[in-house]
Amino acid sequence: MRPEIEHDESVPHTHPEPGVDPHAPLPAAARALRVGIGGPVGSGKTALVAALCRSFADELRLGVVTNDIYTTEDADFLKRAGVLDPARIRAVETGCCPHTAIRDDIGANLDAVDELAEALGPLDLVLVESGGDNLTATFSRGLVDRQIFVVDVAGGDKVPRKGGPGVTAADLLVINKTDLAPLVGADLAVMDRDARARRGTLPTIFQSITEDPRASRVADWIRHELAHHRVASPVPVPAGQP
Amino acid sequence: MTAPTMLLLLADGRFPAGAHAHSSGLEAAVAAGRVTDLATLGDYLRGRLATAGLVAAAFAAAACRAAEPSHPRPSPSGEADQSRLRPPPNGDGDRARLTPSPGGDAGQVRRAALARLDAELDARTASLAQRSVSRRQGKALLRAGREIWPAASFDELPAAPGGPHQPLVLGLVGAAAGLDPAQVATVAAHATVTGSASAAVRLLGLDPYQVQALLVRLAAACDATAAQAARAAEEPPERLPAANAPLADIHAEAHATWEVRLFAS
Ligand SMILES: Nc1nc2c(ncn2[C@@H]2O[C@H](COP(=O)(O)OP(=O)(O)OP(=O)(O)O)[C@@H](O)[C@H]2O)c(=O)[nH]1
Ligand SMILES: [Mg+2]
Repeated sequence: MRPEIEHDESVPHTHPEPGVDPHAPLPAAARALRVGIGGPVGSGKTALVAALCRSFADELRLGVVTNDIYTTEDADFLKRAGVLDPARIRAVETGCCPHTAIRDDIGANLDAVDELAEALGPLDLVLVESGGDNLTATFSRGLVDRQIFVVDVAGGDKVPRKGGPGVTAADLLVINKTDLAPLVGADLAVMDRDARARRGTLPTIFQSITEDPRASRVADWIRHELAHHRVASPVPVPAGQP
Repeated sequence: MTAPTMLLLLADGRFPAGAHAHSSGLEAAVAAGRVTDLATLGDYLRGRLATAGLVAAAFAAAACRAAEPSHPRPSPSGEADQSRLRPPPNGDGDRARLTPSPGGDAGQVRRAALARLDAELDARTASLAQRSVSRRQGKALLRAGREIWPAASFDELPAAPGGPHQPLVLGLVGAAAGLDPAQVATVAAHATVTGSASAAVRLLGLDPYQVQALLVRLAAACDATAAQAARAAEEPPERLPAANAPLADIHAEAHATWEVRLFAS
């Protein structure tokens, strides 16, 4: 939201040309940043994917790989929300082993990422949604560059205390559905304290997608990671060029 | 037996080539009410072994043979003819054939042999869904093979759009791992029964000890299929086995149209 600012017309000021970004463009990256979104069943992973699609629609070339048990309703959900062209979504079947497909045997997911790039051209960001699993499921570093672990307050405020690799080691922990906290008697202060104890300096974001349908703070975190990714893996300049 | 650990590594269901996502027709057979318990699972696995298992094992062994033409043929007694393992007395004809040389004669011969095997296997796989699944599984195994054996000449596989057929890749991976065609056939036959059996444990909630006991009872049949496949692989590609199960083809076609699937095949 934009703060209301009173302009003092006596002070001379200039605006940058509208529509022109005053910053030097970031270098393009050699390949898309791949961000895994994992977490227990129903915690809001698909809702987060949809929210991020809303945020990045006009900003990034986006692809989505889902390991969710994928129905046409899911596709319709993303389509109806007007957030993503179904051509940008690939579904991976996991044979009842959601954690295997993202951690131990990642070939089908890597194929899906490759197919998206083949079909759509270069992408900036690929979101990989894991199938809903338990607190021990995490992504292989061979599949994603960064991972977000989504839990919700409806699972009880004990979840961060239980730990598990998702809660303790994910690059970003999202505690979702804060709007429900009063209804389920979850104490956000307890969750915050336990998350800090488990995660040290790793970031945690409390959010409600119902209240913030663009998941703006998660989107900001991804923008920041993307900037690092572009600097760390720029497109190689062919030899002989300045 | 040479390379026993390598054989075990390739046969291990944890080898990262996507096997966990495939029930190889079992999900459809369960939905059709044809596999409901241990007894019907046993029938299903025997049927798979005699059809898709035999064909896959024969093509995998033949691809392995194409990759390493110096492999000794088993003599009628079943013992390997060791004389074929020795280098020729003078000259390095065999060595030249084994050295990857993309433009070389040997490379061209291997390419042609693999392309023929690919076409023959395509012709034996009536269902489009099964052809594409075989190619997807080949692609997955190829990804693992390239990462694990970067020096192997996987580029000699035909460049089909959906990927090369899985048994062909298995043959080359086996050759890269130092397995012989008979061992490669064993890996293929073993995967035929273990893949669907593990899917059955997940889909039907069968007792895992009972399912393992069933696999133990099937072990001899599995070995016999592998041996039959390895013998068949010495024949020219058009003479390789073409055993088929129309109902499995029909199930595969139906499965591919389901809205919600847990398994990719
Ligand atoms: N109240 C509330 N509901 C939410 C919020 N985020 C998601 N939901 C709802 O929670 C339910 C599950 O959300 P999904 O996004 O499908 O959860 P998921 O993690 O993708 O679920 P699986 O893929 O099945 O594991 C849906 O009904 C969402 O509308 C939130 O912030 N607040
Ligand atoms: Mg979901």
